[in-house]
Amino acid sequence: MAQKVAIVGTGQTDHKSHRPDVTGQEMIREAVDRALEDCGITIRDIDAIVIGNMDHFESINYVDNWSIEGSGGFMKPIMKVTTGGTTGASVAIAAYYHVASGMFDRVLAIGWEKNSESDTTGAIITCSDPIWDRFSYSGAIPSLATEATAYMKQYGATQEDAARVAVRDRNNALNNPHAHLQRPITLEDVMSSPMLAHPIKLLDVCPRTDGACAVVFAADGEAQRLAKKPAWIHASAVRHTYSWFGDSTDYDAGLVSLARASQEAYKKAGITDPSRELDVAELYLPYTYAGIKWIEDLKFCGRGEGAKFVREGNTNMDGMIPVNPSGGVISTNCIGATALLRVAEASIQVMGKGGKRQLPKVNKALATGFGGCFWSDVMILGAERS
Amino acid sequence: MEKWLEHVEPLTFKGQIAVPYTWWAGETGSLFLMGLRDKETIMGCRCNSCGTVYVPPRRTCAQCFTDTGEWVQLGNKGTVQSYTIVRFSHPLQPVEAPFAYAMIQLDGADVSLVHLIKKDLDKLEKGVRVRACFKEKSERKGHILDIDGFEII
Ligand SMILES: [Zn+2]
Repeated sequence: MAQKVAIVGTGQTDHKSHRPDVTGQEMIREAVDRALEDCGITIRDIDAIVIGNMDHFESINYVDNWSIEGSGGFMKPIMKVTTGGTTGASVAIAAYYHVASGMFDRVLAIGWEKNSESDTTGAIITCSDPIWDRFSYSGAIPSLATEATAYMKQYGATQEDAARVAVRDRNNALNNPHAHLQRPITLEDVMSSPMLAHPIKLLDVCPRTDGACAVVFAADGEAQRLAKKPAWIHASAVRHTYSWFGDSTDYDAGLVSLARASQEAYKKAGITDPSRELDVAELYLPYTYAGIKWIEDLKFCGRGEGAKFVREGNTNMDGMIPVNPSGGVISTNCIGATALLRVAEASIQVMGKGGKRQLPKVNKALATGFGGCFWSDVMILGAERS
Repeated sequence: MEKWLEHVEPLTFKGQIAVPYTWWAGETGSLFLMGLRDKETIMGCRCNSCGTVYVPPRRTCAQCFTDTGEWVQLGNKGTVQSYTIVRFSHPLQPVEAPFAYAMIQLDGADVSLVHLIKKDLDKLEKGVRVRACFKEKSERKGHILDIDGFEII
């Protein structure tokens, strides 16, 4: 890399189901203002901007130029990056590339969504092939439900095992003033919530949220000036596998994209024992079963051990590898911002700015993005300049 | 003709995406639209830093990236800065052709409002003065087309 890169500032809205008080641009600006303030700069200090959201969610094609009142992109290089659920992480990785290339020193990454403005399921099926796949798996839930069913069958995991993930994340959200869902829940609440598509119940899945997130990436030299404790990018990796739903039937192989992306990132970051070497993980877990299965792909534990690993408290705030101190995706899901929030929250932990959700000592943090047809993005952040 | 077309029927799939949208106009946009609907007034807003008066109003001046603050009541009259006369009809157009899309700089504003002129198209030229014509109160619903169009004075 031409330049080392760090995150020096983050900003996010106070996420809610509906934001009738603001337009999309106005909502984006709230996050941008907070990110700039967090690192003590103004929009004039920003060299370039990368912005993303979900295609068709607000019916705006040219989000890069439409958004400038919110992004501050007037007369600046700005581009839209959109990759489905992984959009937020892709935006972060693109901003990282911008700075790492040596072409820009301070780059703003923005993710946003106003889910309240459309029909999420109507919009999301446009991700799938119109001739072969669009009649099926409408929306996000059915494909995840078939993945969960296969996992339960293979390893004997139960609905209660998954429910523990929702209880953990939703209760963590109580420490995050920005989180959308702020009501504590119990295992019984999850188990008695309405069944959507077996084995996924209402409280097993993420909500629909209006919100935005902005993150400032800065080059070595500049980063130390802008932040007392910058969150250095140690690695990033992207793996997109299938685009045909039926090709992902080998669920027994795990979430292959996440396994490969994380392996690459661990290698780049010199991590050999993730659950011990990482101090926190902000994971894009759109539903509870991911919280037991995908941590196996991340090598936090062995195959089939995810449920036990969570049950024993290893992913709690005081556990071996705390997962989602922010409350995660199950508490807040402004989709185009969701994966960027994982990156932002991981960097907040490294920078020590987490307030009530701050962990005592964070040297290395993992953030993931998930989307499309079982795609994964991974970023590893650290306190050491690297 | 491609050879394969002699023995393969090239099948197609018809489709459309049907996603219902509800966009929030937000506080600033809603106040402007309420002014049209309830009072037949056209409000703009002035940027605190550069002084530009925008209509439709917006919360942020994109050039300064600061809040626009002050509301300004604009005249219902203005000057045509540019226009085109539309001679073909299309379902997405707001009215039947012929009509004009015109950039109208309202008195007191620094930018133009894009709107419609439906009458006296032969008199239309850059610099002519126009006046807003509002729809009947019962037809107004808080939409930019609560102004039915502009007419040449
Ligand atoms: Zn201004």
